[in-house]
Amino acid sequence: MVLVLALGDLHVPHRAPDLPAKFKSMLVPGKIQHIICTGNLCIKEVHDYLKTLCPDLHIARGEYDEETKYPETKTLTIGQFKLGLCHGHQVIPWGDLDSLAMLQRQLDVDILVTGHTHQFTAYKHEGGVVINPGSATGAYSSITYDVNPSFVLMDIDGLRVVVYVYELIDGEVKVDKIDFKKTSSNQSTQ
Amino acid sequence: MMLDGTEDEEKFLAAGIAGLQQNSFYMHRALDSNNLRDALKYSAQMLSELRTSKLSPHKYYELYMRAFDQLRKLEMFFEEETRRGCSIIDLYELVQHAGNILPRLYLLCTVGSVYIKSKEAPAKDVLKDLVEMCRGIQNPVRGLFLRSYLSQVSKDKLPDIGSEYEGDADTVSDAVEFVLQNFTEMNKLWVRMQHQGPSREKEKREKERSELRDLVGKNLHVLSQIEGVDLDMYKDVVLPRVLEQVVNCKDELAQFYLMDCIIQVFPDEYHLQTLDVLLGAYPQLQPSVDIKTVLSQLMERLSNYAASSAEVLPEFLQVEAFSKLSNAIGKVIEAQPDMATAGVVTLYSSLLTFTLHVHPDRLDYADQVLGACVKNLSGKGKIEDKKATKQIVALLSAPLEKYNDIMTALKLSNYPRVMEFLDIPTNKVMATVIIQSIMKNATRISTSDKVEALFELIKGLIKDSDATPNDELDEDDFKEEQNSVARLIQMLYNEDPEEMFKIIETVRKHILTGGPKRLPFTVPPLMFSSLKLVRQLQGQGQEENPFGDDSATSPKKIFQLLNQTIETLSGVLAPELALQLCLQCAEAANDCELEPVAYEFFTQAYILYEEEISDSRAQVTAIHLIIGTLQRMHVFGVENRDTLTHKATGYSAKLLKKPDQCRAVYACSHLFWVDDHDNMKDGERVLLCLKRALRIANAAQQMANAARGNTGSVMLFIEILNKYLYFFEKGNPQVTVAAIQGLIELIMNEMQSDTATSDPSADAFLATTMRYIQFQKQKGGTVGEKYEPIKV
Repeated sequence: MVLVLALGDLHVPHRAPDLPAKFKSMLVPGKIQHIICTGNLCIKEVHDYLKTLCPDLHIARGEYDEETKYPETKTLTIGQFKLGLCHGHQVIPWGDLDSLAMLQRQLDVDILVTGHTHQFTAYKHEGGVVINPGSATGAYSSITYDVNPSFVLMDIDGLRVVVYVYELIDGEVKVDKIDFKKTSSNQSTQ
Repeated sequence: MMLDGTEDEEKFLAAGIAGLQQNSFYMHRALDSNNLRDALKYSAQMLSELRTSKLSPHKYYELYMRAFDQLRKLEMFFEEETRRGCSIIDLYELVQHAGNILPRLYLLCTVGSVYIKSKEAPAKDVLKDLVEMCRGIQNPVRGLFLRSYLSQVSKDKLPDIGSEYEGDADTVSDAVEFVLQNFTEMNKLWVRMQHQGPSREKEKREKERSELRDLVGKNLHVLSQIEGVDLDMYKDVVLPRVLEQVVNCKDELAQFYLMDCIIQVFPDEYHLQTLDVLLGAYPQLQPSVDIKTVLSQLMERLSNYAASSAEVLPEFLQVEAFSKLSNAIGKVIEAQPDMATAGVVTLYSSLLTFTLHVHPDRLDYADQVLGACVKNLSGKGKIEDKKATKQIVALLSAPLEKYNDIMTALKLSNYPRVMEFLDIPTNKVMATVIIQSIMKNATRISTSDKVEALFELIKGLIKDSDATPNDELDEDDFKEEQNSVARLIQMLYNEDPEEMFKIIETVRKHILTGGPKRLPFTVPPLMFSSLKLVRQLQGQGQEENPFGDDSATSPKKIFQLLNQTIETLSGVLAPELALQLCLQCAEAANDCELEPVAYEFFTQAYILYEEEISDSRAQVTAIHLIIGTLQRMHVFGVENRDTLTHKATGYSAKLLKKPDQCRAVYACSHLFWVDDHDNMKDGERVLLCLKRALRIANAAQQMANAARGNTGSVMLFIEILNKYLYFFEKGNPQVTVAAIQGLIELIMNEMQSDTATSDPSADAFLATTMRYIQFQKQKGGTVGEKYEPIKV
């Protein structure tokens, strides 16, 4: 059982002062094995904070990020799954599933994680899974109205991944989960 | 010299202990054989070791403790003797025959203890006799220990209320009188030590005196434990007598220690009720006494007392504690014009803490304290002394911590004035403390007036001060500082749009004074607050005000403000940021159906792109943002849209690197095809874009061939193929099966050509693309039919 935290679009301090307190109290160091971050942190303090949660931190560059050296895309393998990471402002039209699926094919990954729209989504299609963890701070977005703070926790276990999404709605943390299974390492996710 | 001294001392101590042990051995033998005479003889010899002058107080104490233990056994023996019929009075007489006075007096005290227990005489008589006899020892160290011994053996035999020793003749007053007398004599001995010996050894003497102070202080402790000493007795007898001795001894060390001792040892309730007397004594003390520490400690104790229970608060009011303490502080400061600034501030800091605990609702008192502090500091300019500034920060932090609400602190009119005294770096530190308090308590600042007051207060962070420019500040620290201001801006909010707009205007006014270095940090958060307001107004319904837009807050007004604000950024080293913000505003204007406003923002963005963004990588990002935003805009009429689209595709084709050009151009294809709007689906122009991208990809291949001898990767072709498939699926009639087939063949040929470079990621992409086509074929239905003709 490998826990992967996926989050992004915090936009601290431009659009939000900090992570919601309820999220902060849930995210405890030492429990998570990997963090993948879709970008737009935007400042070093957030990077350092994430690093304290877990040293294995992967970040893709968002257009507002202070650090210019984050890569545009990143791929990594966790267990039986290949994951791809990209902020998403490069994939036009923004939030369009078919265009994202193209990126997924290009990176040749089972799970593609992107952000930019601040809207949590999890799509399953023949090529795999496309996940958007939304904005961890509920930051303003020109694309999405009424953004609730959200982040995603993936539990990767063999050929199965359970995606937990945590959303802060009216001051309460609500959890939902979605199951995905790969038929085998060489084939696509069902 | 010192080393020899300590070595010698060790020797003397060892010798003393040896002598003591030897004599006590014989004493025990005598006790075992009930030989009173010998017991007395050896005990006297044993006690003679305490006659030494060669030991420092620290070492003397070791000797004394051993003697003390032995005397306990002797006392038990005496008790047994009296039970066996020996007369205590005779015993009392007998011990006085000891040769030397010191052993004589120790023995006398020991017998005295038994005498009192026997009740053959009133306790008070014996006690009086003993306390006066001890006068025989005038050497300070020996006298102090002797009297300490007397205090030890007598403390459980005082004629206290309810004690067995209370009688018609013995009362609490006698007990008190005894202890007071012992205390007075001990203090005199202690003070005398100061004047013994050469003046160059003053420091050593003070150290030694320090070691002995608890012996003197113990008497006060004993007094506090006497049940019969109630508030009245304390007020009428104990305190006056003690203070009399303290004042009259005119010794700095004694005064400082004893004033503090009084405060620590007696109940806070008593202090409250005798506040006048206590405070009245302070001016009478030696000028060198550290009054402010004593005063501060008093106030601290009283603060804690107030904090301990709400029931005691009325008492404070009744005795007018606040005004008495205020006045006392004023007098002390007046009396010591040379007092260091740090000291003055510490006093006011303690008083403020006191006020916050005792009168939390009396903001006027707190303001008074700050005002008095300001008055005392005025004329000193910015305070440089580190200790003083530290105290000022503590002073200013106290109300923040108490009220957990910066707004309450802001009501204190003298608060900003105190802040003025801080030097620039410390002022900024304080401003940061204030911001942190707001963040920690999630305080919402909700009116423009409050925002104004707050920003005045933290102006050290907002702009350069008039005096020195800020280039000494470390870059990281500066960033952190400005980021905290940015976070603060998020906390300024009011649901009412009118008020919120005022808040935005106020913040804008302040941050525009910040100069070019600060604007990139402070403008974005202000902007996003404004865009949130725009969205809120959208949600409340757009009412076209027939009398013009000028009065009410409207999105249009906000956009005007934003327009002006972004202009400041473009002059100021951050064109990428300015461009991004323009696009954000454009999209917001789009949602408000304000076509001219949206167009204006786009124009600004384009100008920024053309004139100020020259870095290739930045251009690529900017282009994607432009295309992505433009793709979502529905508010533009045909002409405007065409103009903007034409420009965007133009920019795309002119990016420096061919692959970037290619990708930007095929991204532009989406500008001609918007899913939700049928009249924005122009299949031909989509295809034109894709073909243009193909031409660029081809050119890239040829260039690579010419420059490097191989044709490079087919990655771009595969990407374009995927775009063909995208539009094919969407139903663009111009994207035919033939076109797709042709592209697939082209890719295959390129890959198999001699000059091809192998690229595993391109291979993988092609594989996944082919797999996708297969999958779509197998889907069946309309999709399957569509894909059927494509051969892979």
